[in-house]
Amino acid sequence: MTTTIDVAPDVHDATPQPRGLQVRRSRGDRAFFGGVSFSGLVVLSIMVAVGLFLAIQAAQALRVTGIWSFLVTAEWETDRGKFGISAVLLGTVLIAAVAVAVAFPISLGTALFITEVAPNWLRSALIALVDLMAAVPSVVYGLWGLFLLEGQIVGLSRWINTWFGWIPLFKVAGADPNSPLASATVYTASIFIAGVVVAMMVMPIQCVVMREVFSQVPVGEREGAFALGSTRWGMIRVVALPFGRGGIIGGSMLGLGRALGETIAVLLILSPSFNINFHILQAGGNSVSYLIASRYNETGGVGLSALFAAGLALFAVTLVVNSTASWFVARSRSGASSEA
Amino acid sequence: MTPNIVTEEPVTEETRQRRTAPLAERRLDGAGAATVIPKPLGPLSSPQQRRVTRRVSRHDVMLMVGAGFSALCTTLLVFGRLTPLDGQLGFVTVGFVVFLATYAVLVALTEDRPAVVDKVMSALLASAALLAFAALFSVIIFTLWRGRTALPKTNTYLQDLSRTGPLDPLSKGGIAHAIVGTLLMTALALVFTVPLGVACSVYLNETRGRAAALVRTVVTAMTALPSILAGLFIFATWILILGFERSGLAASIAVSIMMLPIIIRSADVVLRLVPGSLREASAALGASQWRTVWHVLLPTARSGLTTAVILGVARGVGETAPVLLTAGFTSTMNLNPTKGPMVSLPLAAFELVRSPLPTQVARGFATAAVLMILVLVLFTLARFIGGRPAGRLSKRQARGAMTRSARDLRRMQARHHGVRA
Repeated sequence: MTTTIDVAPDVHDATPQPRGLQVRRSRGDRAFFGGVSFSGLVVLSIMVAVGLFLAIQAAQALRVTGIWSFLVTAEWETDRGKFGISAVLLGTVLIAAVAVAVAFPISLGTALFITEVAPNWLRSALIALVDLMAAVPSVVYGLWGLFLLEGQIVGLSRWINTWFGWIPLFKVAGADPNSPLASATVYTASIFIAGVVVAMMVMPIQCVVMREVFSQVPVGEREGAFALGSTRWGMIRVVALPFGRGGIIGGSMLGLGRALGETIAVLLILSPSFNINFHILQAGGNSVSYLIASRYNETGGVGLSALFAAGLALFAVTLVVNSTASWFVARSRSGASSEA
Repeated sequence: MTPNIVTEEPVTEETRQRRTAPLAERRLDGAGAATVIPKPLGPLSSPQQRRVTRRVSRHDVMLMVGAGFSALCTTLLVFGRLTPLDGQLGFVTVGFVVFLATYAVLVALTEDRPAVVDKVMSALLASAALLAFAALFSVIIFTLWRGRTALPKTNTYLQDLSRTGPLDPLSKGGIAHAIVGTLLMTALALVFTVPLGVACSVYLNETRGRAAALVRTVVTAMTALPSILAGLFIFATWILILGFERSGLAASIAVSIMMLPIIIRSADVVLRLVPGSLREASAALGASQWRTVWHVLLPTARSGLTTAVILGVARGVGETAPVLLTAGFTSTMNLNPTKGPMVSLPLAAFELVRSPLPTQVARGFATAAVLMILVLVLFTLARFIGGRPAGRLSKRQARGAMTRSARDLRRMQARHHGVRA
């Protein structure tokens, strides 16, 4: 049998054209796509519904006071229409700031220890321990803070107040460091103690992101530093820390986002007050989550709507902090493949 | 010993000429060309050994121990004799600072400045890690210690608190209602989140485009949702607007909202790690997309998906704030999640320790300890299952796969023979 073979068209002349793909999906595939797209839609709508619902419910309260007044008022008297979040939001931010200030050096040190210093056999165990720390429920940390830490840390509070009391942040009204009979109760239930407990929950979150980033330091640069005669700390200073800067900032901010929303530990430790309170060592303070957890039940109408407004403010702050954190991690040199 | 590869040919006039001839000529010539191996220099005077770069020497250990001992003594002196200081925290802090200073001085006796900085910084990093893990262990041990009075009693696990007053001894009453409540709520939350979460992560992985990117962004944003807001949302919609009562179901929905983003994000990462070659092989064999997902993608990522779900559960089990707003509080056993208040372990612990009575506080710590042990078990399970990368089978799984494929082979052969006959 003879066959004629067409002369192949001159491949060099024709500009390469991508072949048009025509996808014809089977019925099973169409059903499958319908199903998973539907689930995506459901998840999307749940998540959007939470945000939208917060905003809609908050609108009533915001109409009563006006947004500006809501932001600057410190009192929370919803029956008289005089309420605002300046005091609670300040408390929230202070607790989170204390938490991050305490957790940051520890998590950075732990992350560097795990990636750079610890011997290989220890490394995986330490990684598991940090993950475990993140998994311990917040109520357990709260109990620990209330029953163990508070008694221990009052001495530290007093010491800071004695030596640094001239800084407004560390001033304690009604405390006399020179009097040996002074009661310790002015130092308990303070923003500082709540912040230290929240730091326990923040630290593993920060540490995981930082460790991830430090483990991606290019081996070439690391060994280059050693080959030039650097010590281990020299290598960390000139290679690991600059490489991981984005992850360090991003991880700390992710921790900050977690600290802002923490409820139970704060609820257990803090004693509430609705004054604008800068003095972190002094008993009393407030936070948005505390406010919601303690007031949700007793109010309806404007009161509930005001809680939603406070929740909306908290959500907005958390969202901004977390998005900025993700942006930092993604934009940094090390963030190309990290998941944070 | 010299390796003797080259056989010497007898040196004749011809070979001598060839050897003295210019190089190019020799190469062209070919026949009889010899390779000359230079003589080795003889055995090395001392055999070279690989230097150990990262081992801690005896000297280092001695420095550490010496500095530690010196710091202990100095601090004891400072605290006991010289200044009227008190407090364990102060003792540890002062001791640590003295230790660092002594260590730096000791190292400086033998080393130069960069080495001193290196040693001191390494010690600082190690102590940061030590502090973190000491805090973790202190939390775990303290909770177990304070729960020790109620934990070994069987009635703690078998009875509820409905017939127990706050003044009753620990031998009466227990937290069975909270354990059952947690199990029921978690089971319900799993029913909601597992199908939805896995389907959504498959959606994120199998489709490209703006919709999937939007869903991913929103899910990432929702991991930032403070848990109390999830509770407030369900409280306002489910309980206030729709008019249902506070129940285990409401709490499990609230907890589901917290768990969903976690499960979706970790499942998304796991599915992305499935090797592309497996999908392509499946497609090349003519499988449609849903068959590829069902028979290749999901089974390959099974261990990772399990880990994602378990981590979500570990988070959901410990959530207190949403449950506080939606479940109500009760001290009686309630097996019906749709009706009546239901309490979970973290909520029970939270409510019990707020009581001023020591027995109630002890019960609260026992509840917290049970919760913590539950989380530890879940967590260990997750590490155990998720330790392997996607697609790598354990010995048992590999045996199972071999058995199945042998069965397939027999089936095909039987069918083949059947057609022939």
